[in-house]
Amino acid sequence: MSEASAAATASELGSTPAGARLRPWRYVRRNPSLVGGGVILAGFSALALAAPLLPGDPLTMSPNLRLLPPGGNFLFGTDALGRDVLARTIYGARVSLLVGFLVATASVAIGLTIGLLAGAIRKADAPLMRLMDALMAIPAILLAIALVSLTRASVATVVIAIAIPEIPRVVRLVRSVVLTVREQPYVEAAIAGGARLPKIILRHILPSTVPPLIVQATYICASAILVEATLSFLGAGSPPEIPSWGNMIASSRLYLARAPWTIFCPGVALALVVLAVNLLGDGLRDRLDPRLARRM
Amino acid sequence: MIAYAIRRLASLALVMVLVGVCVFLLLHLAPGDPAAIIAGDNATPDQIAGIRAHLGLDDALPVQFLRWSAAVLSGDLGVSIFSNTAVTTLIGQRLEPTVSLALATLAFAVPVALTLGVLAAWKAGTAIDRLSMALSVAGFSAPAFVVGYLMIYVFAVTLRWLPVQGYTPIGVDAADWARHLVLPALTLGLAYVALIARITRATMLDVLAEDYIRTAKAKGVSTGPMLMKHALRNAGVPIITVIGIGVALLIGGVVITETVFNIPGVGRLVVDAISKRDYPIIQGVILVFSAVYVVINILVDLSYTLIDPRIRY
Repeated sequence: MSEASAAATASELGSTPAGARLRPWRYVRRNPSLVGGGVILAGFSALALAAPLLPGDPLTMSPNLRLLPPGGNFLFGTDALGRDVLARTIYGARVSLLVGFLVATASVAIGLTIGLLAGAIRKADAPLMRLMDALMAIPAILLAIALVSLTRASVATVVIAIAIPEIPRVVRLVRSVVLTVREQPYVEAAIAGGARLPKIILRHILPSTVPPLIVQATYICASAILVEATLSFLGAGSPPEIPSWGNMIASSRLYLARAPWTIFCPGVALALVVLAVNLLGDGLRDRLDPRLARRM
Repeated sequence: MIAYAIRRLASLALVMVLVGVCVFLLLHLAPGDPAAIIAGDNATPDQIAGIRAHLGLDDALPVQFLRWSAAVLSGDLGVSIFSNTAVTTLIGQRLEPTVSLALATLAFAVPVALTLGVLAAWKAGTAIDRLSMALSVAGFSAPAFVVGYLMIYVFAVTLRWLPVQGYTPIGVDAADWARHLVLPALTLGLAYVALIARITRATMLDVLAEDYIRTAKAKGVSTGPMLMKHALRNAGVPIITVIGIGVALLIGGVVITETVFNIPGVGRLVVDAISKRDYPIIQGVILVFSAVYVVINILVDLSYTLIDPRIRY
């Protein structure tokens, strides 16, 4: 096992209270972000998974029940087409969480590959990094808008469009870890021992990138959820027939004064989920990446 | 210094060429015939052929790229498919609201963020620190369009302090211009404040632990000058760097804020172009915004010598 990941594991063990299982409150008090973010996120995930089992239908339109205020049969009221805002908000969590998860996975997988190549192969470094500089110079939301507007709206397109601008961030992170680890004595020893490049990368360098990547993946997930909602709000995101939070807010914006709940129910859900994922990231960073945690 | 500036300008040119290639290829990477995609689902073959001719899609790809980049270099970003107006003219017409919004946001966000960050670092570990960092996480998580509608609902619809939406050119009525910019600037600045406050706190914490700060305190420098002159100035380089990088956040935010507040700026231009698939506009605006971002970040690099005389290129 590499030195850095051994150190990370050691610090993980070291900061885990010995009696964590016996004294859960102590764990909560020591890791408020981790636990708080995790609990909110788990709640939304449970709702999203159980959505089809819950009463309330996100698609049924009842023209005679338009813009009903919260209360009665509809806990969050109804929208301009008489649809149940609560049911739509719960279904919206499915889109957001799915997009967040897929974007984080895709951009980390691709960014990790490019970053390892850039860090390990000197000839590939400069061209790859200049390409990443160029990608970073294009504002992420505009790049995603351009990609989505050129293809038929679908969740898959949205995921690709959001993942591409995130890749340079992962590449830079991975590359910086590789450049640091490459100079470590144990890597030099492996090279001197005659290990081949693929083996050095996979066995000796890759493990060190895992803790910072987990933290980064969480932040990417939060930003992806935000960007998906933004794209849908601007009309360049999920197809309009899918109840996503961005779509709900976009279709309700004319009714802000008359029916604020049609905007603020999905809005608060969106803010809460993004906050939860960001808190989870902060908590993970404190646990997995103590060097960074001290600085921020 | 001059040699460094030339090297930076060369790398700027390289990055902008790559941005150009990316923006150009976007249209061609999309699956299917770009002309058919732009024309939409109900287009006749004639319309599609018209768009092919308009964009010159029948030539070989390198020929198209050379023609396009030659035009861009001479300041021609193409012609809008729907309004048949030059994209540069369209952007020029929309520039004033966007620049006003960006300057108003910077004018409010940077001082607020620096104050929050310095306070949090100075009072590290106290309730003030925790409160300002909680505000910063919240500001980073709150979606700009939801915040925008919340501001409109509270300050415009309910309290009626400020106008709901729209924009008044500064030449027409300066007071009305300012009143229309308050809520959009607050909305746009929120995430930016959060970002800068966080980095200010982090760098200030490092600087406040330095020996020269202890020396300054020991020789009796009072708190205000100690924080602002001795500490903040030394924390300047990372903070300015993040202010520059954060411009990307502002550019994305301009698009959202202008939509929420119905401001006829460059951001609205591109959002309106999405629904019409007016590709030359989308391409042109992306290119202009990317250039702004790259130039600002080079200026930031060059400004390091002004903040920190120890840095010599």
